[in-house]
Amino acid sequence: MAKRQSWWLWAAAALAYVFLYLPLVIVVVYSFNDSKLNAEWVGFTLDWYHKLFNNREMLVAARNSMVIGVVSALAATFFGALAGIAMHRYKLRLLPFLVLTPIAIPEILMGVSLLIFFVLLNVTLGMTSIILAHVAFCIGFVAIVVRARMQGMDNSLVEAARDLGATPWQAFRLVTLPQIMPGILAGGLMAFTLSIDDFVITFFTAGVGSSTLPLQIYSMIKIAVTPEVNAISTLLMVLTLCLIVLVSKVSPGALRAE
Amino acid sequence: MQERLGKWLLSWPPLAYLVVFFLLPSLIMMFAAFRYPGDYGGLMPLTSEDPATGKLVLDITLDNWRDYLTLESFVRLVDEPLYIELFIKSLWYATLTTLICIAMGYPLAWLIARSPKKYRDLMLLLVILPFWSNFLIRIYAWMILLGPQSALSKAINLVVTAFGHEPVSLLFTPFAVIVCLVYVHLPFMVLPLYANLEKHDMALLDAAQDLGASAWQRFWKITWPLSLPGVYAGAALVFIPALGMFAVPDIIGGTEGIMIGNLIKQQFLETRDWPFGAVLSIMLTGGVLLMAGLAAAVGRGKQKAKQKHG
Amino acid sequence: MALLEIRNVVKRFGDFTAVNHVSLSVNAGEFFTLLGPSGCGKTTLLRMLAGFEQPDSGEILLDGKDVSNVPPEKRPVHTVFQSYALFPHMTVRENIAFPLKMAGWSADKIAPQVDELLEDVRLSKFGTRYPHELSGGQRQRVAIARALVDRPRLLLLDEPLSALDAKLREEMQIELINLQKEVGITFVYVTHDQGEALALSHRIAVMNSGQVEQLDMPETIYSYPRNRFVADFIGQCNVLESEVKAIHGDGTMTIAIKGCGEMKALAREGVTVGQQGWLALRPEKIKLDRELPELANEAYFKGRVHDCLYMGDVTLYIVEVGEGVRIEAMLPNSAPGLAKLFDDNDLVEIAWRFDAGSFLTE
Ligand SMILES: Nc1ncnc2c1ncn2[C@@H]1O[C@H](COP(=O)(O)OP(=O)(O)O)[C@@H](O)[C@H]1O
Ligand SMILES: [Mg+2]
Repeated sequence: MAKRQSWWLWAAAALAYVFLYLPLVIVVVYSFNDSKLNAEWVGFTLDWYHKLFNNREMLVAARNSMVIGVVSALAATFFGALAGIAMHRYKLRLLPFLVLTPIAIPEILMGVSLLIFFVLLNVTLGMTSIILAHVAFCIGFVAIVVRARMQGMDNSLVEAARDLGATPWQAFRLVTLPQIMPGILAGGLMAFTLSIDDFVITFFTAGVGSSTLPLQIYSMIKIAVTPEVNAISTLLMVLTLCLIVLVSKVSPGALRAE
Repeated sequence: MQERLGKWLLSWPPLAYLVVFFLLPSLIMMFAAFRYPGDYGGLMPLTSEDPATGKLVLDITLDNWRDYLTLESFVRLVDEPLYIELFIKSLWYATLTTLICIAMGYPLAWLIARSPKKYRDLMLLLVILPFWSNFLIRIYAWMILLGPQSALSKAINLVVTAFGHEPVSLLFTPFAVIVCLVYVHLPFMVLPLYANLEKHDMALLDAAQDLGASAWQRFWKITWPLSLPGVYAGAALVFIPALGMFAVPDIIGGTEGIMIGNLIKQQFLETRDWPFGAVLSIMLTGGVLLMAGLAAAVGRGKQKAKQKHG
Repeated sequence: MALLEIRNVVKRFGDFTAVNHVSLSVNAGEFFTLLGPSGCGKTTLLRMLAGFEQPDSGEILLDGKDVSNVPPEKRPVHTVFQSYALFPHMTVRENIAFPLKMAGWSADKIAPQVDELLEDVRLSKFGTRYPHELSGGQRQRVAIARALVDRPRLLLLDEPLSALDAKLREEMQIELINLQKEVGITFVYVTHDQGEALALSHRIAVMNSGQVEQLDMPETIYSYPRNRFVADFIGQCNVLESEVKAIHGDGTMTIAIKGCGEMKALAREGVTVGQQGWLALRPEKIKLDRELPELANEAYFKGRVHDCLYMGDVTLYIVEVGEGVRIEAMLPNSAPGLAKLFDDNDLVEIAWRFDAGSFLTE
């Protein structure tokens, strides 16, 4: 069982945790700071949140992000679940390659190739192109979670269903589907989170017309940093945290599957 | 028969989607590397509108393809040492990031793997959680931490000026880039390491101790070699995205800290020299494939060796 | 007509032949067992009966109709899986009701049928529980109830008791026998445990490398194994290299055990004088004492105790007779006290009736 570890190991680990959390904590704290500079604590305020909710651009971006997130999550869940099941059931070559590569390569490669693709096809860059791109990289995450769920399922369950009189379709609907449903839900929530948070691929496929929250944050920190960024960051963190809790509720272990 | 139908129904929709929105764009990009840039950026078109009928016609033919396809962009890459140097610098940043992630991630992964079972999931979750917060926020957080007004900057400059040097800036430097790259990728190192270390049989270490190995020897002779698959997996997961990163240097790196990703972004969105951007992307892809192939080969080699022994 | 008839069934996986020309028939109401070491093809044969695999050649007849290409859901055959394969997202009731729902029964007819089965397997109080809330033995009973609820013609059981601990296994064996008697459904039971097979079955097919080595009642299989494989696999057995010396008209013959001497044995059809073979002899059929009378119908040898293995209820004595020939004899420790009869190196005499062993030619 667990042995006592030496103190320096604990110290190293503690430092790593501090390293991981200190920056985020500071963002949250400064979002309530009554000062335009991210330098020292002046006093408590909700001004930045207030400003945020009166910032039209930000609200439009938030709405865009939501729409993109929901639509791409739904589509990616559909395609990803099919892919996950197929990858578990059959020995395939091309599909696993196409599903997993987008996750493995640097995002910028997918971003620029989709940019060329959309421009050559005369697709106006905007919400549609962003959604099409998000679905492409979210499919893999859903597929992995669903496949892991399939692998965790006792193979003889489906056989038992068939044995007891279920047709292949009934066996799928009554046994396989309920078994992998938590995986599908978790995958969908993950896809939503990834889509809401994505910056790189969105950056290349967004064009000029439509902004998302990450794009909005990007232009804010590139041009003029105001503590409004802290506020929107804090809100996004809270949203993500909620989603993560939800994911781990419906499918414990799904977060680690990737 | 039914089997066939099921296979077809399941795999076709995702396959078709990914062929259209991933494979095809990737191939088009590869092809773009051999084309001329257009007059107003982008690519020189291969088709034109027939003025008489208003229909699109293909201009490129078997005879005139030399007017449309070229190796110019590749030549430019080789001729100008600047680009290769930038690529090598990016490789170096990614390598450094990977090494630091191993150094920081290993003790953490080890400790989690050896903690009582009931705490493990929580400790692991705490490592993953920051990864799920928005990527830009995490970079932004370091802008605050490394900014000139921050306590860290002030403390460092206090020491630096005490030694009679000019005060230094932390933000917009390669240092900031590395710190941020490590920060963003650390969870990718901890997870595979943990997955590996968790499976180690503790009796091996007891046996080694029983046979007279010191703590140091136990680590280097037993734990480390057994954990190599985890190290390789983690290294691939950190190195590959780090190599292609453009947002981190873009936001926090200044002019000194740019990487190959910034150059690619510049070619596509600013100079709009797409063929050259495509050539750079191919080079990046090559680097990634090399790394992935290396990790896979090392992993497979280990597996073979294991089979031979077992 | 037999309920189930398997004719010349062959199943290959690539180059590997998992089931090799198996023919056998199972009668209605029978408890039939496929027994053999792990990897001998039992599960594969069972899966062909259930419909999960198709034979490469040969026929499987159920009630006289070839079902080789009928999908599993269309066969009146159910399987009890080794892992039980209970649907984790359904309660015990829902699990048991599953086959009835698939068969299109109405809800008001399903309920009493499920109740009856729950009673049969003594789980009436557990209907609303989920499988993970049950013990191993209870899960086993749910799996059996689920497979019996719509009265299949044939129930297939693939090592159903192997996941249970020894004590529970014995209880379940008795329960299985009773259940089978009660419902009268034909069981085809797969196991690698010879004790289980002998205890449960009406008939046993002993399998090895995809082939049936012997098909007989348990007593016959145990007492008169057909070949060395069966003799070795079932129970403990002395297999002594021998040669036929003479064949007598009265159903006996004289054989010579190598390194030991001549004796009488039961004649076997088709053997000829001079033929090499083996005498198979169960250890518990051998008499062992300090002194034994030499009887006309017994083989008789002097020997020395080489080793003894104390096993609680019995002790196995390994007696050396002649050069390097060792014979195992088993004696019950039924006497009061410590009941150990001999020690290493004791001089003893052993004997067995000539019809106690069987002569094997392969
Ligand atoms: N689907 C399959 N593909 C390849 N080989 C198989 C398959 N199923 C079984 N086998 C092989 O067939 C042999 C018999 O298997 P099985 O019928 O499961 O044996 P048993 O149940 O007697 O232990 C084994 O050697 C096994 O490896
Ligand atoms: Mg088996």
